[in-house]
This record gives sequence, C-alpha cells and structure tokens, in this order.
Amino acid sequence: MDEALIKMRGVSVGYGDKCLVAEVNLDVSGGEMVSMLGANGAGKSTLLRTICGELVPLRGMITVGGIDTYSGGRTKLARALSMVTTDRVDQEGLSVRDVVAMGRYPHTGFFGRLDVDDIRIVEEALSAVGMTGYIERGIGSLSDGERQKVMVARALAQDTPVMVLDEPAAFLDVASRVELNALLASLARERGKAVVMSSHDVAQSLEQSTRIWLLTGDGTMTDSTPAELLDAYASDQNDSPLGRLFAGRNVVFDIARLDYVIRKK
Amino acid sequence: MYSMGSNARIVWTFLLCGVLIMVLTAGVLISGTTGIDAADVWRAVTGGETSEVCRVIVRDVRLPMALTALLCGMALSVSGLLFQTTFDNPLAGPSILGVSTGASLGVAVVMLSFGGWLGGGIGYYAGILSGAFVGAAAVLAILLLFSSLVKSNVMLLIIGILIGYLASSAISLLNFFSTQQGVHSYVIWGMGNFGGLTWDRLMIYAALAIAAVLSAMLFIKPLNALLLGKRYAESMGMNVRRVRNSLMTVAGVLAALVTAFCGPIGFLGLVMPHVARMATGTANHGVLLPATAIIGGAGALLCAWLSVVCGGGQIIPVNAVTPVISVPVIIYVILKGRK
Repeated sequence: MDEALIKMRGVSVGYGDKCLVAEVNLDVSGGEMVSMLGANGAGKSTLLRTICGELVPLRGMITVGGIDTYSGGRTKLARALSMVTTDRVDQEGLSVRDVVAMGRYPHTGFFGRLDVDDIRIVEEALSAVGMTGYIERGIGSLSDGERQKVMVARALAQDTPVMVLDEPAAFLDVASRVELNALLASLARERGKAVVMSSHDVAQSLEQSTRIWLLTGDGTMTDSTPAELLDAYASDQNDSPLGRLFAGRNVVFDIARLDYVIRKK
Repeated sequence: MYSMGSNARIVWTFLLCGVLIMVLTAGVLISGTTGIDAADVWRAVTGGETSEVCRVIVRDVRLPMALTALLCGMALSVSGLLFQTTFDNPLAGPSILGVSTGASLGVAVVMLSFGGWLGGGIGYYAGILSGAFVGAAAVLAILLLFSSLVKSNVMLLIIGILIGYLASSAISLLNFFSTQQGVHSYVIWGMGNFGGLTWDRLMIYAALAIAAVLSAMLFIKPLNALLLGKRYAESMGMNVRRVRNSLMTVAGVLAALVTAFCGPIGFLGLVMPHVARMATGTANHGVLLPATAIIGGAGALLCAWLSVVCGGGQIIPVNAVTPVISVPVIIYVILKGRK
C-alpha cells in the first residue's frame, strides 16, 4: 500500500466558531486500524463526521481515495468510504439480508436490483462477520452485538477501501466488544482496508489497533502506535500522551491493565 | 426477492387482494339505491339484453364509482407510505400532515369564491383541480421550509397538524361568507364521494393517478435506503434532501388528485400502508409499495361498498365509513409500537 487512502492536510474541525481539533496533517494507508480515543466532547465524532463528508472542515482538506470528502461527489465517495454510525437500525420488516444488501447502493442501478455478483458480495460480507446463519432473521430481533456485526457486514458489502466507525462497540457486552475489535483488526490486516474508529475502550484499542489517535481536548491530536504510546508512558508518566489524556480527572493510566483506573490517594 | 416476508406470503397477499378487488367491485355493481338483480347487472356489464335504465345505472354510475374508489385508495395509500418513510413516522399521512386540508382549502377557494363564475363544465373541474394542487403545494412548501429548520420528525408532524387546523379555520371563514348554495355543495364535497365522476372525468383522473403512482415506483431504491436513517442513506451516496423533496412532491400530487376528484378522504392514506406491512411482513418497498397500492385499492372499494349497503337506500358519505375500518388499525399500530 504505497499511496495513502485517507489524506488530511491542515485540517481543523468543529462547528461554527468552535474549533475542536486543529491542524491535523495525517495519512492513513490500507491495512491500518486506527482507534481514536478521548474524553466526551473532545471532538471524536466531529472529526469522524468530517472525514465522512457530513461536515465541512473549518480549514484544510480531506481526501479519501483521492476524492475530496466534502465536495467530491456523493456516489464516488460512497464507493471509497463506508461508515457504521451510532444510529440504531431496528426497522420492523427489514431482514439481515435487506440491510446488508443496502450496502450495494452505490454500485447498483436505478432500481437497486442485485445481480449475481452483488448477491455473492452480500453473502461474503455476512460470512466475514460470522452471521451467515442469520440472513433471514429480522434486524429488530437481533441482540445489540449481532446487530452491530450486521452493520459492519453492510459496510463491507459497500466494498470500500476505507471504513469509518463511530463507537461501534458502544452498547456491546465485553465478549461482543472483543470479538468486534478483533474482526475489524482482521479486516484491516487481511483485506488491506483502512479502518478508522472512535472508541472508549482503551485496552482493546491498545491491543488491536496499529495506530492510536489521542484527542486531548485542548485542540491537538497525537498520532502514534500503541508501542510508542506505552514507551512514552513508561519513560514519563505525567508528560506523555497517555498521561495527559485525562489530565485533571481523577484517573491514572495503569500500564499492567492497559487501562485507566481511579487515582489512589 | 430480497425481503423478509416469505415469497409465498407475498404471492398470497397479491392473489388475495386481486380476488378481493374483483369481489368488492362486483359488490359495488350489484348494490345500490335502485334494486337491480345480479343477472341484469351481469348482462349490463357484458353488453347483453337488459333495460336502458339498468344499463345506465350499472355502466355509468356504479362502474365509475368502483373504479374511482379503486384509484383513490391506491393513490392515497401510496401517498401515505411515501410520507411515512420520508418522515420515518408510522403516523404520517396526507390528512395528518395537513396536505389534504390544504388541498381542500384550495378547492374551497375555487368553489366558494369562483363557483358561479366558472359554471359547471370542464372549466369548473379544472378550477377545482388547480385549487387542490395549489393548496397542497402551499402546505408542502411550508412543511419543506420547516423540515430544514426542525430536526425532529415528530415536531414536523405536529407542525403539519397545526397547518391543517389553520387551513380548516380558513375554510370555515370562506363558508361563513359564502352563499347557502355554495356552502351546501362544499359540505357535500367535503364528506367524500366516489360517485361524482362521469366517464370523461374519470379517464383524466385515472391517467393522472396512475402516472403519479408509477412515478412513486421510481423511488424504490432511495425509499429503502431511508429505512436505515438519513446518515446511512447519505453515506451510501444518496442526496437525502433532494430525494425527500421529490418524494414529498409525488405524495402531495397524489393527495391533491384524490382531494380534487373525491373530496378530502380521511384515514386511508395513514392506515393502508400498515395493513400492507402486516400482510406482506416486509418493509422492502420493492414489495411494500405495490402491495400498499393494491391493498389501498381494495380498502377503498370496501369503503365504497359499505357506503352503499349501510345507507339503507341512500349512499352515505365515504368519510363516515373510513374511520370505522381505520381507527382500530391505527390503535393496533400504536399499541404495538409502544413496546
């Protein structure tokens, strides 16, 4: 993967006058799984929405697969980037098959008719997330974990080099969360996709991701590998990205657990 | 077919509705204020030997009534389905959102202000039709304006209801200042009527209604994408704003057409899409949209038949019948959605 799939140049994101993250200059290539960590309100969702073209960057530009995400054309972008949002899909009368098939939207014709290849891609997407047996089930009858896997399968069926996920593990139990993270990591590793997700699960992100974006809430974002983060923390607990992430809060990073714990007196 | 309802269930739904439409059409043809026995009706339809009166009643009164009801049911129900999917709200429909009332206001303006001036011919109908379109378009324009300001679809629904009340109050005022004759014809029209169309007007109505229903079929793909929500639809390459405006325009045209030709028929647009969902078991518009059209047609025929047989020698207003078969379904939908 020589050419970066996501390119951010001088990007600032936010709403109106309020800039949440400033001056981001980053590339993401195929095969990478990027987890974005930060406190609520630090701008994780805003940055993700801007990468997806839902919001216009305050400054700078973002391209995905060479397409400007805000002005590059909806269908072109939909063939380059798929997303899993936090919106709950539980419409009655929609089967798992219906939902995953919807991922073919930017590839099918006017009436959305699926050809043999489309049907094969839908079935492969379901099998990749281990949900083949659920194809006839109603989307509303699934558990949160199962539904989220189906939404990942829908994004897979969209067949894009880049996948963006907004807190995909938010409502999942521990087992489903670990499974989902492993699934996303394998999609990046084995299929060469660029996966960018926001998360609150520090330990999982450190274990599964190739890169971590830390949003410290002061408008800056650091980009490092998990190993770099842990090394930096080991050498200076206070003045390292992990040490500063929740500065001022009553928690401290515990390197043995790879997670934040309550600060002991 | 990519859908949750099994294929057999869907095929049975369409077959059953087809049979139901034929039975109900026969019901409308043999029932009426004048007693004509079934054999004479059959002869009148097939061109056999029968009296002139019988032929006129069956061919020029009852058959147009059945066809008008069928088309009205299709158009209103498809309109309701488009509104429900667009607003992601099971209680949306042309009458709830004030679109039918807006069309009624347009008709009231034409009937009560220019009624005498337009005369009774084709100009009168053209006037009513334009009045209905302008009225529905005005309400739609207001709804579209608010849809960009109000994020919540429930709020938009409430705004629609409020606009409907405003239009109703304007209609009351127009009635208050109108002649007795004008008020009488408006009140009769407002009760809903499948029986007022002659063949030449029915042909115009049919052509317009079928064209509008077919144009709704062009939106099957974006309608399905909207079921996942606005963000997913947009992320798959859909221009949500443009599609939503187009859908509301088609839905508005359908409602305005029915209002112009049959009066403001309530409830069918809201209820029939739910009956179609229950019958087919799928939300996939590739199945649901045609099913809604055919079930809506059958439902309106049922109302037409009931309005004839329940009148005891008279034809009672359609709007006295539609709530009776619709309200139980709406309550069921609300109770089911509560879970």
